[in-house]
Amino acid sequence: MSMYGLNEIRSGMKLIIDNDPCIVVDNEFVKPGKGQAFNRLRYRNLKTGRVIERTYKSGDSILAADVVEVDAQFLYGSGDDWHFMATETYEQYAVHEAEVAEAKMWLKEQSDCKITLWNGTPILIVPPTFVTLKIVETDPGLKGDTAGSGGKPAKLETGAVVKVPLFVQEGEIVKVDTRTGEYVARVKE
Amino acid sequence: MSPASKNNFPQDWQPTASIKNLHKRAQMLKHIREFFAARDVLEVETPLLCQTSVTDPHIASIKVQRQYLQTSPEYAMKRLLAAGSGAIYQICKAFRQDEAGRLHNAEFTMLEWYRPGFDHHQLMDEMDALFQHLLEMPAAERKTYAAIFHEHLALDPHTADLAELAACAKAHNINVQMDVTERDTWLQLLMSECIEAKLGLTRPCFIYDFPISQAALARIQNTTPPTAARFEVYFQGIELANGFHELQDAKEQRKRFENNNIERQRLGLPTIPIDEYFLAALQHGLPDCAGVALGLDRLIMLAANCQNIAEVISFTF
Repeated sequence: MSMYGLNEIRSGMKLIIDNDPCIVVDNEFVKPGKGQAFNRLRYRNLKTGRVIERTYKSGDSILAADVVEVDAQFLYGSGDDWHFMATETYEQYAVHEAEVAEAKMWLKEQSDCKITLWNGTPILIVPPTFVTLKIVETDPGLKGDTAGSGGKPAKLETGAVVKVPLFVQEGEIVKVDTRTGEYVARVKE
Repeated sequence: MSPASKNNFPQDWQPTASIKNLHKRAQMLKHIREFFAARDVLEVETPLLCQTSVTDPHIASIKVQRQYLQTSPEYAMKRLLAAGSGAIYQICKAFRQDEAGRLHNAEFTMLEWYRPGFDHHQLMDEMDALFQHLLEMPAAERKTYAAIFHEHLALDPHTADLAELAACAKAHNINVQMDVTERDTWLQLLMSECIEAKLGLTRPCFIYDFPISQAALARIQNTTPPTAARFEVYFQGIELANGFHELQDAKEQRKRFENNNIERQRLGLPTIPIDEYFLAALQHGLPDCAGVALGLDRLIMLAANCQNIAEVISFTF
C-alpha cells in the first residue's frame, strides 16, 4: 500500500486512519519559526461520517485508502441485506443494513444513490440530495392555512417522518432535502 | 489562488498577487529603507548560496549539489558585526525545504537587523517604532513566555513535566498522533494550538524570556528560573518575528551546534557541517548586540488585509 507524507496530503485525498477509511477535509501546515513543524489534519471518517481534527508531526506519513464512489440504484431490501446495482457496470452489491445507516429512510426501490467502495466493499450509501416521496400518513390540516405556520409530522412511503406545512395532505408527493431532513415543496404528479 | 489548488497548467501563468498588492509591497519596502536610513543602520547583502547551513533540527535547508540556499542571513551578518560593521540590516530571500501553506512559502523574504549596544528590550522598542512607522497601529504590548502560559493555560512552562503538559493538551482537545518525548514539543504544540491565535489581536504582542531549552542563538539570563534572552512578535494571531540578545560565547555556540547535530542523527536527519567561519568570528569577538528576523511577506499580508501570503508574493513556489 502506498503512503502519503503529511506535506503532500491535500483535501479530498482518502486515507486509512485508525483502520477506517477517511477523506481529508483540510490539512494545515503549522510551523513555529523555531521548533517542531506540525500538520493540523481535519478528516471525515467515511464509516461514521464524523469529522475529526488531529495533529501530526510533519515528517510522518499516512496510509492511502483505496476508496471510490460509484453511481448506483437501490434494488430491494431483504432481511438484513440491502441490494444495490452500480449504474455503469451493472455489478450488484449486498449491503448490510447497518452500512445503509441514515440513507435507508430516503430510499425506495429504483432510487438513485451513491455507494462508497473501500477495497471493492461498500462502506457508505449516500442518497440523492433531494428525493420526492409520497405521504402515507398525516393528520388532516386546517383548511385555509397556506402560509405553513408551525407544520405537522408526516410519514413518508419509506418510513421517514418529516415536518410538513398544515395544508399538505395524505397521498400528496413532497420534495425533501436529505441533508437536513426538511420539507422543500409539494410536487404535482 | 491558494497554493494547494495550484496545478502545472499553462493557464496558471498569472501572478498570485494582485498588481495593487505589489504596489503596496513596494511602498512598504521603501518605508522600511527610509526608517533604517534615518537611524544610520547600514543596508547590507550577504550570499544566498552558502557552503554550510543551519544545524537546527527543525529547519530543513535546500541543498543544491554541494551548496545550500540560506535559511537565514544570521551567520554572515554576525561575521560583518564581528568585523566592525556597526548597525546593519538586510532584506533578502531565505529558503526552507517543504514549507508550504497559508503562511509559508519555500522561498520567502526576510527583514533581519542587528543593533550593537542594544539588548532585546531595546530592540523590541525599535521594532515597535518600525511597526508604527509602517502600519497605523497602536504601541505593542509585552508579556513574558511564562505569563502567557499562565494566562491562557494556567501552566508554568518552565517547570511543568511531560505528564502535566500532555494532560493540558488533552484538556484542550488537542488530538495528537505522535510520540512526544520532549517538553519543548508539547510547549510548541500548546503555543501553536491554544495561545498563538489569541495573541496581538488589536496591537502587536512581544513575547520574551523563553525557556533555556529554546534559546537557539540567544544568551541565557541569570533570572530565576534562568531564561533565554529571546523574543517573538505576534500580530493578529500570526508569528511575525524572532529576536535575540545575541550569544557571544563561541564555545557555548559550538556546543549548541554539536547538540543540534546529535539531535539530527537521533531523528534520522542529515547532519550539517558547522559554520567554522561564523564560530571564528565569534571567537574574534561579536559586539554585544541584539538582532531580529521578521517574515516580511506576513507583515505585508497583514498590511494589505489578506489571508494568504500568496496574495502579496508575485509568484509562489
